[in-house]
Parts: sequence; structure tokens; C-alpha cells
Amino acid sequence: MALLELRDIRMEFRTPDGDQQTILDVPRFDVEAGQQVAVAGTSGSGKTTFLNVIAGLLTPTAGSVLFDGTRVSDFGEARRDTWRADELGYVFQTFNLLGGYTALENVVLGMTFGPGPDRAFARELLTKLGLADRLSHRPSQLSIGQQQRVALARALANRPRIVLADEPTGNLDPRFALDALGLLRGLCEEQGAALVCVSHDPRVLDDFDERVDFVEINRAMRESEPEEATP
Amino acid sequence: MKSLFFIVARSMRQHLLSTIVTIVSAGLASGLVMSVFTVSEQSKTAFTGGDIGYDAVLGAKGSELQLVLNAVFHLETSPGNIPWSLYEEVKSRGDVRYAIPYAVGDNLYGYRIVGTTTEIFDTFEFQDGRQFEFADGNAFDDMRMEAVVGSVVAETLDLEVGHTFRPFHGLQYLPGQAPHEELYVITGVLEPTNTANDRVIWIPIEGIFRMEGHYVAGGTKQVERGMAEIPNEWKEVSAVMIKYTNPVRGKFMQDEVRRGTQATLAWPIANVLGIFFQKMGWITRVLIYVAYLVVIVAGFGLLASIYNTMNERRREFAILRALGARRSTVFSVIVLEAGTIAVLGSLLGYAVYGAILVGSAQVIRDQTGVVLEVGAAHPALLWTPVGMAVVGALAGVFPAIKAYSTDVARTLA
Repeated sequence: MALLELRDIRMEFRTPDGDQQTILDVPRFDVEAGQQVAVAGTSGSGKTTFLNVIAGLLTPTAGSVLFDGTRVSDFGEARRDTWRADELGYVFQTFNLLGGYTALENVVLGMTFGPGPDRAFARELLTKLGLADRLSHRPSQLSIGQQQRVALARALANRPRIVLADEPTGNLDPRFALDALGLLRGLCEEQGAALVCVSHDPRVLDDFDERVDFVEINRAMRESEPEEATP
Repeated sequence: MKSLFFIVARSMRQHLLSTIVTIVSAGLASGLVMSVFTVSEQSKTAFTGGDIGYDAVLGAKGSELQLVLNAVFHLETSPGNIPWSLYEEVKSRGDVRYAIPYAVGDNLYGYRIVGTTTEIFDTFEFQDGRQFEFADGNAFDDMRMEAVVGSVVAETLDLEVGHTFRPFHGLQYLPGQAPHEELYVITGVLEPTNTANDRVIWIPIEGIFRMEGHYVAGGTKQVERGMAEIPNEWKEVSAVMIKYTNPVRGKFMQDEVRRGTQATLAWPIANVLGIFFQKMGWITRVLIYVAYLVVIVAGFGLLASIYNTMNERRREFAILRALGARRSTVFSVIVLEAGTIAVLGSLLGYAVYGAILVGSAQVIRDQTGVVLEVGAAHPALLWTPVGMAVVGALAGVFPAIKAYSTDVARTLA
């Protein structure tokens, strides 16, 4: 049994014109425990929606998301929030650090709603990522690369079993992109967390042994814009 | 709960200026409400306090309130004089324990000079069971130009035993006016009583009769210098402070006095002032309404302050939700933040209240001699902060609903 199983996921939106538009149509997508997989897709192809459905931030119109055999897509919102806080890490393209919090506090926040604050572990993570002397700095006082590392630490602060990364290097200087990716993959491996990394950056995608094209798993893409779906 | 406070504390730190401004506004509102309630209540208690040592004041025909304000609080003008014979008649009654005459007409730099007898120091009780005590010196001699000063007068005018002064004519001091010829020597300074008596200079009543320029006998005669004895028919008093053997005797005397045309008896004194405060109660009510309004304005200020940050914070809430925070957590954060600001404002309100109360007490003491009990408890000191916290939390509900309904996926897209 895979750690994450998506079955017949459909996500539909109503356009301003009143038409029903299908964004996601994913018959099957599995991720094993500890597996690291890259999902290749162009901008606007629905990759973020795909990740939000997995994370329980969006409820699919149809289909199931199973985590460790449990149908989390059937959970009520509050239970889904708790599941996310306990089991899932999320790395955003824009990092989404909170400006009013220090680097250490941002990481502590990542575990606040799940296992509970553990400042020592947060400090350990940041130290591992080379930010030992930046713990009390706020995001605005950090470089982009440093902000990215704080975001990585936050995503792994609750010791998740799966990490979702949405264009994790998209905002980084190409010189540092692979370094950041290496850190993310290294931390996930160290913690035994599975990783789903969506990106359109060929260098990022090439770094993964296991890689799928979003257009292949998302039938909605194939039907609407097949020519744009190729990375 | 700990995590909620963690988030609230960070949010307040991030919006420090608006947080401080809102706390100050809540503090001012809270302090104002507490002050209005306590100052009005304490003023009423201080002025109508039941422990006045005497039962009634006899004075010229007219307003009982004016008589009480003039004789008890040494405020207002005297409603006029009554003949000495009336004083002697009252004094000789079997149901009167003591009757002490007051004659007024002069001041020392605005502080009232009251002519009386040494009974004021020997017999008179300014409060139940409490007589004047000397901080320094002793009583005046009835037949000498001597004076005893109250504590506020001594402190303000820097007067001590042995100092001399010349009285000014009238109850108000007019800058530039020439004093009387008579030179008085201070023989005693009284201990503070925390009553209007602290603002009085006591001199022998003969001194008032004999003061240059004073008229007696209904304004028809002047006591000439060197006159050995003043005929009783010439003498007049402004008021007589009366203590009965039994306070209810005042009712009988009041009936008698009302049948006559010369005098008014203010009895019971607390009732006279009670009626006054009742009539003036609308001022207190208006002040209370204004204070409530200020609280409501502070509540709206709090709402606006938090609401204005909502657009900026929508992303923050979406991130919190993405990290696993429930909608209810986000809602609670806002309500708790508003409540915390209100509670901090209320704590500041105690300081504001303290400052207003001390200031008001000083003004009231300076103007009337009556001292408010600054440390006295009042229910408003408890329910105002609680009410403020509730208003604050309610003010947070609207922004909290907005935070609650944040669409995470759309906001983070």
C-alpha cells in the first residue's frame, strides 16, 4: 500500500461565464513512503491545485485522497487541518514566511499546530541549514536563499511523512537552486519523508530519478491544451 | 492556548504602533469610565457623608442649600444674618447639646475668616466623635485679635504660630484691595481634618463685630474702636451650628423656625445635600453616557485598527491555515488579540483612573477642603475592565469572521 494514493480525482471550477471547467482529472497517482518524485508541468497547468488537493486545502469535486490507507478527502475540514499539521510539510514557491516572526519563530510555527513547539529541534534544523547565526533575524533581514532555507526548515519542522514542494527553487538564483533542492531532498531523506516536487525547471526535474509529466497524470490537461502540456 | 498567545504576541509586535495607539485609546476610555463613577460617587459620599458631627445649621431666612454650603463647606455667599438673641435662645434650649455661632465677612487671600467662640475647639465635633486638634499652638483668646488656621490655609499661605496677618474685607479676595487695619496673630495651627474646615481661619466672633468697616444691628451700626462692650442687640451671626441631645429634635425646631420669619433651619444636613445631588444627578448621568460613548468609540477604534490590517494579514492567515491552523484558531487569534488589547488598555486605564482621581481629588480639596478617598474600592473598578475586555473581544468578532472565511488556496495562489 502506497503512502499517498489519489484515485479518480476531479476538480472542477465554474468560470465567470458560468461554464464548468475541469482543472484536474487524475485517475491515479501514488507515492510510496520515503519516495521522492518530481512532477513536471508548465505554469498554469494546475500543478498548485493538484498539490492543494493533496494537502486538503481544496476539496476535490470527485475522487479520493488516501493517506496511509485512510481516506483523508472524506475528513471534515478541522480533521483535515489536524492531519495536515501532523503529517504534511509544504514548501511554497514564494516561501510564504511570516514577516513579523524571526527565522526561528517561523520554523516553530511549522510545528505549533501539529506536534507542538520544539524550539530545540527548530534550532537544530536551522543550524543544519547553515542559519545558526540568523535565528533571530526576520525574513526581511535575510537573503532570498536564506529565506528559502527557513521555508525548508519550516516544512520539515513537524517531522512530516510527506512534503509537497511547489516550484521550490522558482524564486532562487539558478546558481543556488540546486543547492536548495539538495538540502530539501537531503532533509526529506534524513527524516524518511516522501517528497512530491512540482516544477517546470529542467535542472530540478533532472535531479530526480523518478519523474512524471503532469500532463500524463492529468487527463484534463491532455483534453484541453495538449500542445502546451509538454515541459 | 499557548500557541494562540504566541501568534497574538507576534501580531501585536508586528503592528506595534497601531497596537499601542489602540491600547492607549482603550486605556483612556476605561480610565474615564472608572473615574466618572468613582469621582461622582465619592464626591456625593464626601459631601453628604453621614458622620457630620452636628445635626443642623440655623441661618437667615432663605435657601437651606445656600446655608449649608456657606456654613458647612464655607462656599457660596452668606444668605444673611440672624440676631444674636436667636442664637442665645437656641443655645439655652434643653434639647440642644451645643450651639456654636459663625460670623463671616472677611477673607485672607480667598480663605474664609470665620468668627466664632472657643467652643469650636472645646465642644464642636466636625465629625461624629472627632474634635479639632492642634498641630501647633493653641486656641485664640476670645478677647484678643488672635487666630487659629486650618491645615490647608497654613500649608498654602505658609503660616505658622506667631505669624501675623491683616484680613481682607468680603468673602472673595480681590487682587489689589487694601486689607483691614486690624492685625491678627496666629496662635494655633490645626491638624488636617480632610473637611472644608481645613480652609478656614478662625478668629474670635468679637473680631468680626469690631472689624473696621463692618456694620452690625442689621447694617445700621458700626462698632467704634475702643468701645468696651458691644450690646447684644447689635450682634448678629451668619449661622449657628447645632447639635441636639437627640437628632430627631431637629424636626421640632424646624417646625418652630418655619412658623417664624427670621430664620431657616437646615436639618438634616445630609438630606439637604442629598436633594442637591439628586437635582444635579443629571450631570453625572450625562458624564456617564459620555463615558459609555467613549468606550464605544474605543471599541470601534479597536475594530478599525484590526480591520485595517486584515488585507495585509489575509495572507498570514492563509499561511497559518496551510500549516495546519483551524479556521477556529484563526478566528480565536483575532478575538483574543482584540481582547488582549482591550485588557492591556484596561490595565493602562487604572493608571489613567489614578491620575484623574488624584487630580480631581486635588482640585476638590483645593476648592472645598473636602478630601476624596483615593484608594476606595468601587464596583466600577472591577466591571469596567471586564466590560472593556468584552467590548474589545466583540470588536474583534467582525474582523475575525473575515479571517475565518479566508480562502487559503486562492489567497496563496
